[in-house]
Formats: sequence, structure tokens, C-alpha cells
Amino acid sequence: MLLDRRTALKSVLLASAGTLAAPAIMRHAALGADPIKVVGIHDASGGLDIYGKPMIACLDYAVSEANAGGGLLGREIELINYDPQSNIQLYTQFATQAATKDRAAVVHAGITSASREAIRPILHRFNTLYFYNTQYEGGVCDANIFCCGSTPAQNVNKLVPYVTEKWGKKVYIVAADYNYGQITSKWITKYTRDAGGQVLAVDFFPLDVTNFGPAISKIQAAKPDVVISALVGGAHVSFYRQWAAAGMKSQIPLASTTFGGGNESLLLSPEEGDGIVSAFSYFQEIDNPLNKAFLEKFHAKMGPGAPYLGAELAMRTYVGFNLWAEGVKRAKTVERAAVIKALEGGISLDTPAGKTVLDPKTHHTTVDVFVAEVANHGFRVIQSFPQQPPLDTASVCDLAAHPTENKQYVVDVKI
Amino acid sequence: MDYAAVVGLQVASGVATLVIVSLGLAVVFGMMRVINLAHGEFLMLGGYASVLAYGHGVNVWLSILVVPPLVVGLIGAVVERLLIRGLYGRMIDTMLATWGLSLALIGLVSMTLGNSVSGFSAPLGSFAVGRFHAAVYDLFLILAAAVLSGGIWAVLRLTTAGLVARGTMQNPSMASALGVAPERVYAATFTVGAALSGLAGGLIAPLSGVVPTMGTAYIAKAFITVITGGAAMLTGTLTASVMLGSVWTVGTFLTTPVFGEVALLVVAIVLLRLLPRGITGRFLRRSI
Repeated sequence: MLLDRRTALKSVLLASAGTLAAPAIMRHAALGADPIKVVGIHDASGGLDIYGKPMIACLDYAVSEANAGGGLLGREIELINYDPQSNIQLYTQFATQAATKDRAAVVHAGITSASREAIRPILHRFNTLYFYNTQYEGGVCDANIFCCGSTPAQNVNKLVPYVTEKWGKKVYIVAADYNYGQITSKWITKYTRDAGGQVLAVDFFPLDVTNFGPAISKIQAAKPDVVISALVGGAHVSFYRQWAAAGMKSQIPLASTTFGGGNESLLLSPEEGDGIVSAFSYFQEIDNPLNKAFLEKFHAKMGPGAPYLGAELAMRTYVGFNLWAEGVKRAKTVERAAVIKALEGGISLDTPAGKTVLDPKTHHTTVDVFVAEVANHGFRVIQSFPQQPPLDTASVCDLAAHPTENKQYVVDVKI
Repeated sequence: MDYAAVVGLQVASGVATLVIVSLGLAVVFGMMRVINLAHGEFLMLGGYASVLAYGHGVNVWLSILVVPPLVVGLIGAVVERLLIRGLYGRMIDTMLATWGLSLALIGLVSMTLGNSVSGFSAPLGSFAVGRFHAAVYDLFLILAAAVLSGGIWAVLRLTTAGLVARGTMQNPSMASALGVAPERVYAATFTVGAALSGLAGGLIAPLSGVVPTMGTAYIAKAFITVITGGAAMLTGTLTASVMLGSVWTVGTFLTTPVFGEVALLVVAIVLLRLLPRGITGRFLRRSI
């Protein structure tokens, strides 16, 4: 685990003798000369570690799997993991470091959309290839980035019809107060309208809010048929706890665009969590031979410390790395422009999450989407939708026609 | 009608939360004039004490009510002996020392227990008010705040120890002349203050979860409450909590949690502009 300046400073305060001073960055011993450097920046601590830890484990596993298979282009892959501690400032610092000091061939990084938008311009400016592997609100249009997670046209589009059909048309939205929650709540509103439903209210919460008492009373006063949450991070898990503590579990059902992305289902007791419905492009529980084989090898490699993968974030990190590796194999170089060109050449991989196709126009992926509900600390898959294209981003972004575009479209949702 | 009851309950539990997180500071700052910037971290240690105790199979009530004050009280006694004792009367130096302590405690807990959120579910289940449901634990918090305040009042007002403590805070040299050892009274008072902070941490842990940096979220509110309260530490803390807690919760209801906190801060600033010595600097001056 890396220690950054701040943690190091604290350790020095603690042990003035310096016995706990920051250890040097442990580097993998390079077997062959000149290894290919891959940088991962994911939160291993802080409020977002519920997502970060499984993502890091999957990236570690993907790299070790590639190295066991002889590396890439006959070269060893050296993975450098940084821990930004759920702190945006550290994201920008590590992204700069990855581009300038490490001269990484590719950076796999970012969990929240806030962190992605902090480092995307940096990596773009330094011409360092960037993979963002989290489900997010869609709309990023930048030739330097590949977004391997699912977006609202893929997941919200399946979640909302399922819950409005099952429970009713009156929806109450609670969302995290930053770009992900703001934009996703618009998508939830759009799909609710499309399903003939009605959104009663949208409440936003900063990431550090832990007291949801007033919000829960407000929801009860509004009498929705279903509450859809786009809450993010460890602090917001309190919402589900307080919801259950207030006895609301049996009153109003919950669905979420984020629940299960990390290990939320493990943090809650079955009484608190069971029945919450999510939609993602992967759940550890999906049943197919590739996933079964992957989980066996993953657990054999990581031992008893192997994290629960939950929904797609961790798996998409594994898939994202392999998509990049496929691009490198085709380009026969790690040089950025050549790899992007190869990745735009129509790459399709059979992964544990099902077939994943890279869309050259948007740099997003076509994926299988699943609706599942929490059951006893895990998920029970209810519905599956094969090969869903990233229609939201595709409606605004065409990198083939405008290769120099570099922005995030906020897809215009009429509400 | 039911809705009004539920809103009232939330307001009361907002007030109770402020009382609970401020009492430890009220004792240490309000009585001893020691600016303890590590108050939030005492709270955090209390929270971790309860989560760890519960995780090791200790009964949930013992984990919330008994383990945290014992653990943090003990830590407080050690801190007083090693850090605070040499600095009485040196306000700036105390601030610096306790700020350092606060950073050290955050670092220590991050390194040993990890910088991530953990927690456990609140006990007691829920109850219904008409068609509304609320957690019984909210009622328990209100009860806890009332019992704690009553307890502190009783100790200060009705016991010899309370009398000695108040006398020593008012005039240490006179107390000393009358045969009281001020440093022992200081040590005991600081320990009690730390134990109260620990108990607060234990009480809020099931609601908010614990994380090494959680103290920062509470220390500002605690200081604002105690300072707005003014000289009479118990009455001041209670009146300030009622005022600020109501504004905070009602603001949250009417708008969003962000504006709820903004409203709390605005009211505190206006109050201090009008009553620079705090609420009890002007009203109820002779109370405790």
C-alpha cells in the first residue's frame, strides 16, 4: 500500500523517530528489460473504498493473468497502483505522476465521475491513454478515453421499467449530490416518464451526509410506490440502515442505480438489504461457464482474501484491462495513437460478464445488462438483456466524425 | 397531524444529537476553558470502541453505553496527564497540542483499523405514528440526551464533587487554600469530559457508521453549540442545541441537507453578533 504525503506526515507525527516513515514504492522486479507500465488509480481507503478494493483486486488479477501468459508483446507488465484515498486532489496528483514520471502506457482510473472529470483533462493533455471502468451517467466524448462501464441507456433503462411495472408508477429519487447523481436522476426521471410514471421528488445528498432521518420522513409524506437511490459511497450506506431501522423495508420497496457496485450488500444485514433491486452489466452471481471459470481462478489466485465482486465495477476493470491488452496485441505496440486505432477497429471480447463490444464511435461498450435483487448478502439475477448498446452517448457523440472532441455531454433529458 | 409528529420527532432527535456531541466539549471547554481540538477524535474513538466491541460479540447496549465512555475516559486521563496538564492557562498552546493530538489520532486509527467506513445496525426496531414509521433509536437518543443533561446537572448541583469542581474552576487558588488539590480536580473533570465524548461516539455510531475522519464533521457543530451557549455550560449548551438543532432540522426538511447546515451556521453567526458572550452571557446567567 502506498503512503502519500499526508499520511506520511501523520505517521511522522506519530512516531517521531521515523520508524513508520513512508516506505518506498514497491516495484515489481522487472524480469525482462523495459516492462510495460500500467497505472491504476482507485480508492483503497476512504468512503469510496467499498468500490475501490474489489476494482484493485481485479486489476491486480488481470495483470498477473496476462503476465502468467507471457506478458504483452513479449514484455512484462508492471502494474503501479496508487491510492487517492477518496480525495480528488490526490487523483490529479497521481494522474500527473502516472503521465510524467511513470510514463504509463495506459491508466485505469477513477470511480466517481467527479474523479474522472478531474483527471481526464490531465491525461488528455499528456497524451496518456485512459480507461474508465465504472458504470456512470454517460456522455463523455473524448478520443483519449475508453469508458467500459454501462450507462443509463443500458442500466437505468432496464431498472426503471422493471420496478414501475412491479411496484407502481410513483417514484421518489434520492441521489448523491455531484455530477453522477444529478445527471442520473434526470435519466431516472426520463425513463419513469417513458414508463408512464411520475417522479414525486428528487433529493440530493452530499457524499458525507450520514443523517437521513428527515429525508426518510419526507419520503413517507410523499407516499411513493418505489424509492430509487443513486446514492454513492460508504457514508450513504447509512441511508439503507436508517431506512430499515425506521421500519420502511416492509412499507416502500427500494431500487438503486448504484447499490451493489461495491460491497454494500455485505455491509448490510440480510434484513436490511434483501429485496433492493439493481441493474448492472455484471453480477458475481450470473450463470455462465466463463464467469464460473473466472471466479474459480480468481479465488484460487487471491486466496481467502478475495473480495466479493458485487456488481460490475470490479469486473469491468478486469474487462477494461483485457480490452486494452487486445488493442495492444493488434497494434503490436503500446504507442497511444496506434492502440487507439486498433481499439477502434471493432474489438469484441467474450468475458465473464458476457460479450463486450467496443463501439468505435463513442469509445463506450455494448454489454449484457442484468436486473437483480439483493438476497442474503449477494444478488439473485432476475432478468437479463443481451447486447445493449450505449445509445445515450451515441446520440450525442461521434468520434469518427469529430475525432478532436473532448467534453462530457450532459445528455439533454426533457423533464 | 401525523406528519407534524414525525417532523417534531426529527427536530427533537436533531437537537438531541447536538446535545450529545456537545456535552463532552461543554465540560472540557465550558468549565475548564481548555480548547480541545481533539474532541471530534474522542468521539471517533468512542464510535470505534462500540463498533469493535459489538463486532467481538459484546452485548449491543454494553457496546453503545458502557465500553466507549470507559475506553475514551481512560484515554482522556492519559492525555490529560501527558499533554494537557502542563498547558493549563495557555490557550494557544493547548490548541496546538490538541490539534496535533487530533491529527495523530486520525493517523493512528487510519493505520491500524483502515480508512474505511464500518458500522452496525441500530437496535430497537421501529414504531408507527399513524401511517408514518420512525426508528425507536431516535427516541432513545432523545432520552439519552435528557438523562445525560439531567445527570450532569445533578452531579454539579447536588454532590460535593460537583461543588468542588465548580469552585475549583471559578477560583483555583482559593480552592487550593481550602485544601482541594486543583490538578486532581482538573484531571477528573477532563476525564469525565473525554468519557462523555466517547459515549457520544458510541451513541451515534449505529446511525452514521464510523470512519477515522468522522470527528471533523462533529467538532465544528460542537464548538458552535458550546460557544453560542455561552458561560453557563449546561444551560447554554441545551438552549443553543434547541435553537440550532431546530433550525438545522427544519432547514433540512424545507430544503436540502446542505442548506440545513448553512442555516445552522447563519443562525449561529447572527446570534453571536447580537449576543457576543453567548446566549447565557445575557439570559439565565446564574444557571449552571
